[in-house]
Amino acid sequence: MKSIKVLGPGCPKCKTTYANALEAVKQTGIEAKVEKIEDLQEMFKYDVLTTPVLIIDEVVKIKGRVADVAEIRQLLTP
Amino acid sequence: MFDWLQQLTDWLIFSVLHLSPGSRVGGALNFFVYDTIKILILLFMITLMMGVVNSYFPVEKIRNFLSRNRLFGLEYLLASVFGAITPFCSCSSVPLFIGFVKGGIPLGVTFAFLITSPLVNEVALAMFIGMFGLKATVIYATSGILLGMVGGFILGKLKLEKYLSPWVQGMLAKAVREGDLEQSHQTLGKRLPLIFREATGIIKSVFWYIIIGIGIGALMHGFIPTGFFERYISKDNPFAVPVAVALGVPMYSNAAGVLPIIQVFVEKGIPIGTAIAFMMAVVGLSIPEATLLKKVMTWRLIGVFFGIVAVCIIISGYLFNIIL
Repeated sequence: MKSIKVLGPGCPKCKTTYANALEAVKQTGIEAKVEKIEDLQEMFKYDVLTTPVLIIDEVVKIKGRVADVAEIRQLLTP
Repeated sequence: MFDWLQQLTDWLIFSVLHLSPGSRVGGALNFFVYDTIKILILLFMITLMMGVVNSYFPVEKIRNFLSRNRLFGLEYLLASVFGAITPFCSCSSVPLFIGFVKGGIPLGVTFAFLITSPLVNEVALAMFIGMFGLKATVIYATSGILLGMVGGFILGKLKLEKYLSPWVQGMLAKAVREGDLEQSHQTLGKRLPLIFREATGIIKSVFWYIIIGIGIGALMHGFIPTGFFERYISKDNPFAVPVAVALGVPMYSNAAGVLPIIQVFVEKGIPIGTAIAFMMAVVGLSIPEATLLKKVMTWRLIGVFFGIVAVCIIISGYLFNIIL
């Protein structure tokens, strides 16, 4: 079971990234828990400067831009 | 530089579509097509260029540099310049703010970065070149950077740390200076695909703002008579700049949406300094920005921050009116 987290204070870009993550999980059929983290204090447990951030299994994979579905799929299926 | 494009547009609108150059619809449509294509070309070029610069100075590296070095006041200038080269997204301003505070960067230096970032960025520069030419763009960029520097410096001197939200103050107490960042050395060739992708991402995200902005600009261009605004806002009206700024502060748009309209304002008789001050107020300060910042600071600090930046914008508005 993979854990995917999308960090962002609720801007359109963060919402797109979250939707893309959900779509990528659906497409790959991988079992994963997708979380959207909007709480700032929770967010700063990770060292982020630019949002949105995509975290897979507690590792920051993409930050500061929207990750597209194909990209996330690739990250999920190494 | 864009003569060929104007000729092409003229041919398309006046010969192919048979609209008369003197007609309002013809004028508006010509303006719309020409401006949209020109801006998109410029935007693509500038975004790529800035992307290359930015790939050498990612924001993490900038933060760590500012965190490690005390530069006798020079850090305000550097933070402001870095703010200009970092691509701006309003939703990143709060994470950036916290990240800087956590890194032990003084509040004033953080503000310098935060002020310049929305004012001077790839989108604003590209559109400025397209609409007002290179000379005005250089003056604009320089004054944007100066504005961030001066604003940040004043805010730093005011010792406002106690007006941050309590949890941010807690972070301030635990702030650690950052060590060296592990560098991944990649050749420019390897970075280019990512830079390219980010550039297209930026353009996509502002595309509709540009279309709508130029659309409104085109309508105003075609339908509002030249010199229309002069009746209301003349160059020697001393209150024009402060009133323009007061109107602009609550509004929000990014540079992409507001610049085409500013261009028409200028064309129809509003002095350029007044117009730019209005634009800076719209782009740099806004109610959405204030509500975002509320998460990390008290209303009082937001008030002081907005007040000082607004005053700096008003001053630069007067200066622009004198210089340009």
